[in-house]
Amino acid sequence: MTTQETVLHPAAIIEELKKNEFTHVVWLPDSETNFMYQLLTNEPSLDLVPVCREGETMAIAAGLWVGGKKPVVLIQNTGIFESGDSIRGLGLDVNQPLVMLVGYRGWSRHGITPDSAARFIEHILHAWGISYYLIETDDDAGRITSALEEAERTSKPVAVLVGTEFGA
Amino acid sequence: MIGNTDAVRLLDSKREDSVLVATMNANNVGFGLPSITTKEPLDFPISGAMGKASSVGLGLALAQPNRKIMVLDGDGSLLMNLGTLVTLSNKAPKNMYHFLFDNGVYAVTGGQPVPGAGKVDWEDMAKGAGYAAVFSFDNLEDLTTGIDQVLATQGPVFIHLAITPEVENTPVAFRPRASRSVQTAFRELPVALSSD
Ligand SMILES: Cc1ncc(C[n+]2csc(CCOP(=O)(O)OP(=O)(O)O)c2C)c(N)n1
Ligand SMILES: [Mg+2]
Repeated sequence: MTTQETVLHPAAIIEELKKNEFTHVVWLPDSETNFMYQLLTNEPSLDLVPVCREGETMAIAAGLWVGGKKPVVLIQNTGIFESGDSIRGLGLDVNQPLVMLVGYRGWSRHGITPDSAARFIEHILHAWGISYYLIETDDDAGRITSALEEAERTSKPVAVLVGTEFGA
Repeated sequence: MIGNTDAVRLLDSKREDSVLVATMNANNVGFGLPSITTKEPLDFPISGAMGKASSVGLGLALAQPNRKIMVLDGDGSLLMNLGTLVTLSNKAPKNMYHFLFDNGVYAVTGGQPVPGAGKVDWEDMAKGAGYAAVFSFDNLEDLTTGIDQVLATQGPVFIHLAITPEVENTPVAFRPRASRSVQTAFRELPVALSSD
């Protein structure tokens, strides 16, 4: 594998979002998606909706979806912990086909995971019956498409864990 | 103070093709929107995620810029999601009308006072957050006279309403259920909004 393939570039994610014709990115920044901001603000086909707290994202996405748009949520795993009642009440209970890109803070791949944000996140998703995909390199970006297909097929929120901080 | 039903009835009478995103007492089955609505297909009842009616309304306002979105919010609910004032004013949808039903209490759960009842200045809050315009009404006559001007003002507009608390003490399991649930709205609204 070349170094190129082992790095995740924000452009790879944005390309995938464009390919799937997402219209809005509802988000609160995290270090995993650090370099994405500039690219997102320069991308005319994606409208950025910044929030103050992550629990807003699923609710805003719900309104966008009902209004005929195609939103994607972009937050950190800590934000998933913060958003429990929104995911339950305005995601799962109403069958919202929502893709949530989630920064996997603390994911180490080594079996030693000191950060509880990483230790708990998959268990929480399992508890809710939310499927998830993992993205670590540019080659994995296509999993966003798989997640969207699953979200639409099952009418449920699906998570995509972003397991690397982006390269610049 | 303004009666809960009177306020909802007046807003419903001015709705035209607006979507009404209503929660808590404004959405009460017996004396809120479900009991008086004249355009149920464009009602968006929000239950099941306390505090998020204005967030759903924001998404809807961004998706449907040519249609007014009227959010009928509760004070306890807004306190639970205060950041929404800033999120909303930052995106500044011109078609957003955010009505706050300030009854000073958590009416649905038995009328316990909300934190800061009588102390918080909601007009200042909304102004400080950056809403394009802010109104406040504490009686039905003024609201009836002023509502046309409110709805002619470019959004996002915040409208503070001093509402008489109406507390329900019937155990939740015994309260009547709305015929139109949030799930129904989720199924039917996308079709209603795309077809008219
Ligand atoms: C996250 C969460 N916490 C607590 C509750 C319980 N609860 C249901 S309704 C309600 C009161 C709502 O108060 P307000 O928004 O002021 O509306 P009102 O009942 O006064 O019309 C509360 C606390 C809940 N449903 N969800
Ligand atoms: Mg109240």
